[in-house]
Amino acid sequence: MERIPILKMGDFLLVTIQVDLYDQLAENLESDLINTINKHRSKGVLIDISAVSIIDSFMGRILGNIAVMAKILDAQTVVVGMQPAVAITLVELGLSLNGVISALNVEKGMDLLRAKMYNGGNEDQIDDDNDGQ
Amino acid sequence: MQNDILAGLKNYENKLNTIWTKNLLDKGSTDGATEEEESKEFTSLFLDALKNGATSENLNSSKFEKLYDLLAGISISRAKRGFSPRETAQYIILFKEAASSILSEIESDPAKLYTANLELNGIVDNLTIMTFESFMKGREDVIARQTDEISEISTPVIRVWDGVVALPIIGTLDSSRTQIVMENLLQQIVDTESSIAILDISGVPAVDSLVAQHLIKTVSATRLMGAECIISGIRPEIAQTVVHLGIDLTGIITKATLASALQTAFEMLQLTVVKRK
Repeated sequence: MERIPILKMGDFLLVTIQVDLYDQLAENLESDLINTINKHRSKGVLIDISAVSIIDSFMGRILGNIAVMAKILDAQTVVVGMQPAVAITLVELGLSLNGVISALNVEKGMDLLRAKMYNGGNEDQIDDDNDGQ
Repeated sequence: MQNDILAGLKNYENKLNTIWTKNLLDKGSTDGATEEEESKEFTSLFLDALKNGATSENLNSSKFEKLYDLLAGISISRAKRGFSPRETAQYIILFKEAASSILSEIESDPAKLYTANLELNGIVDNLTIMTFESFMKGREDVIARQTDEISEISTPVIRVWDGVVALPIIGTLDSSRTQIVMENLLQQIVDTESSIAILDISGVPAVDSLVAQHLIKTVSATRLMGAECIISGIRPEIAQTVVHLGIDLTGIITKATLASALQTAFEMLQLTVVKRK
């Protein structure tokens, strides 16, 4: 069965989605990712969706779910590289992916995760900064 | 039209032109010499058409084609040069008057004169309508071109700092324009890898609930991309409207001026601007 590779980079997990997701694949990714977080006790997850051109409401919900589940396992999720068209679609669908932090590219996402790790006690404040509140 | 009258008109062609030009100048409906050549050509084409058997019965025939083309060219160029509709209509109406006066000179029989005048009226009236249609078309072309230009220049995305882009919006925001604004902004964020976008709406005359909704969508979309969006330049009356409409902008960073938005952007990027001693 087709699977999306999950790479371990120190305390973080890196998932690069290079194909358009269909529902089964997304569900598999969800369970694989949660199991991997548990296995490696990861602190952060980077999901690179720069090659994804279509995200429907189901995929949006899966992304949201992953973020919430990871949070429960004490890992922060960052979605990176979302394409403009995808962002517009999600907004039009009314999915603002609350709880998911976004970054422009993998590099910035990494920086964001590191900043969060090293400021573990200060997380709320950082959260606010990123949400721009 | 009877051949003798036609021949008479042909003989008086120069006089016809002179009277026509003089009338035009008297009424101020021409800008002088530039149009004289065209007027002469028009008269000669008009007489040619009559000679070839063009009558008020066959207004759509090919005999009028050259005349129509020339007239359309004249009206469109008049529209572009900023003549008023009245002046353009007068151009052709004065031709009729000139031709009419020539007719009364060369024909003394009232019955014949009446028929000839009727014929002249039938043809020239149609030409007047033609002129007006072309004039409107010329004006519409001008408007369409301006609209295109406005929508092209109205959504510039400016890179104000490394990692900061600004988009000043001038003019009313509607759905189609907001879509362009949003797409441009998001594309620029990707292209310049900017993490902060400033949306300056000081040039937006009014904000209604729909526009506010569009702004909120734009902000949400930028956040999904991983950038932050600051809205600046909200005028007091717009602030009032927004509150009266019950629109919730609390989740959005709003600043009074572009300068303070830029300052906020600097703070977010942990930059400081200091004065050199």
